[in-house]
Amino acid sequence: MEKELRLMKGNEAIAEAAIRAGVDGYFGYPITPQSEILEYLMEANPYERTGMVVLQAESEIAAINMVYGGAGCGKKVMTSSSSPGISLKQEGISYIAGAELPCLIVNVVRAGPGLGTIQPAQSDYFQSVKGGGHGDYHLIVLAPASVQDMADFVEVGFDLAFKYRNPVLILSDGAIGQMMEKVYLKPYIPRSTVFPEWATTGKTASRERNIITSLDLDPDGQEDFNHKLQAKYDDIKKNEVRFEEFMCEDAEYILIAYGTSARVCQKSVQIARGQGIRVGLLRPITLFPFPSVRISQLAEKVKGMLSVEMSAGQMVEDVLLAVNGKVPVRHFGRMGGIVTTPDEVVDTLKTLFIGGK
Amino acid sequence: MTEEIIIAGFGGQGVLSMGKIMAYSAVMQDMEVSWMPAYGPEMRGGTANVTVIISSERISSPIIRHFDTAIILNQQSLDKFENAIKPGGVLIYDGNGITRHPERKDISVYRVDAAEEAGRMNMSKVFNMIVLGGFIKVRPIIKIENVIKGLKKSLPERYHNLIPLNEKALIRGEEIIREVRLV
Repeated sequence: MEKELRLMKGNEAIAEAAIRAGVDGYFGYPITPQSEILEYLMEANPYERTGMVVLQAESEIAAINMVYGGAGCGKKVMTSSSSPGISLKQEGISYIAGAELPCLIVNVVRAGPGLGTIQPAQSDYFQSVKGGGHGDYHLIVLAPASVQDMADFVEVGFDLAFKYRNPVLILSDGAIGQMMEKVYLKPYIPRSTVFPEWATTGKTASRERNIITSLDLDPDGQEDFNHKLQAKYDDIKKNEVRFEEFMCEDAEYILIAYGTSARVCQKSVQIARGQGIRVGLLRPITLFPFPSVRISQLAEKVKGMLSVEMSAGQMVEDVLLAVNGKVPVRHFGRMGGIVTTPDEVVDTLKTLFIGGK
Repeated sequence: MTEEIIIAGFGGQGVLSMGKIMAYSAVMQDMEVSWMPAYGPEMRGGTANVTVIISSERISSPIIRHFDTAIILNQQSLDKFENAIKPGGVLIYDGNGITRHPERKDISVYRVDAAEEAGRMNMSKVFNMIVLGGFIKVRPIIKIENVIKGLKKSLPERYHNLIPLNEKALIRGEEIIREVRLV
């Protein structure tokens, strides 16, 4: 079957892609700027199309715990929210990571802290890549930069989630959620009827019972489990780093940006190149695992790096760790729901690295 | 070819849907598009605007501050966006309710009195399509036939009887738009 071309909002693309990816269940609670995900799913009648369950829970906390339950049964389940709602889900996310269950969580980020504003931001980076909930754990974090990515990352996310028995987070933002672009939708994948052997699907006489838990009261047992988790994260760091480079070959300066900021910075690169400044862009697609090795390689041959994100400077800490003092690294970004403009990035680059405008 | 467009006016004037129709039409022509609304609590009854980028290449930033063309439907938007038009760019505005008219001399200014025309023709619902017709006349990057094709694809079948009215409005917009020469 051919791919279908549509003009869609990022939020709608995620919803439609979820139906087509054979997702078994979506559990959510409305919040701007991601309510279209739930609205689209309700309207698209997925139960009749594929048998997918879509349920508006009584709260974000209920929704993530429904995901916990569905994932424990080996089902492909997901939830979505925006920043304040994702904060509410953190306990459940930590339990799911501790129980080693696959699931997909979508955060269409708005500016914070607190209720903040409904405009786009990238200020949930720390929460997304450094844990968020309690305990030593990581999510696999994918950062879409287009409506096409929003659709594609649903399937990519579930593949990774089941491969590593680990929750995957799509870290988007209000701009990508709300904007419309062309998107090619994939043909349907039927919902799975085979479940992983660890899933709690009802004990049969021929096997031991399966237990899903994040609790181990024996410190030795718990430490063994922590080592096992860390080994899994090392595998993920080794195998799953994804990034995209834009005009980095001859670059003297590198911009590092993900999501909406990566789109903005592509234009900044074009503007700067038009003025004779050799700039490139490295766009991390996975934020955990972070493309540290590649950034460290680039640091050998450039004069400086500017990390651009709509926050007070969060990802820049991972860039600094990767660069390890080899070249100067600075941060630039707007906050409060204001999207950085391409010109601002170029002006900042000149001011910080080249001297004068 | 890349055309960076801002459409701005009051909520309810059909600003966002005009942008959507523009984007659909460009998709029908196999071009790349992005449609980025200023979303938020200000949308109901307040001001509304949307950035539409149409390009033959992959679009970089969907969020920009300078535009090739501005389509302006109220005074607040004129005040806000007149200076955001690139030198040599195009400003299209509806004179209805405008007390301070455009002043820049380094851009081409066009006036399309769509609100008045829609009232005269008793078809206020297709006001935005008259404006779009004016745009197409001045910046023929999308074709009316593709607008119609886009409408057919994006509208539910029960509204297809309204398409001829929309076509009429587009053509009327092409007819009534006129250049304003600032001396």
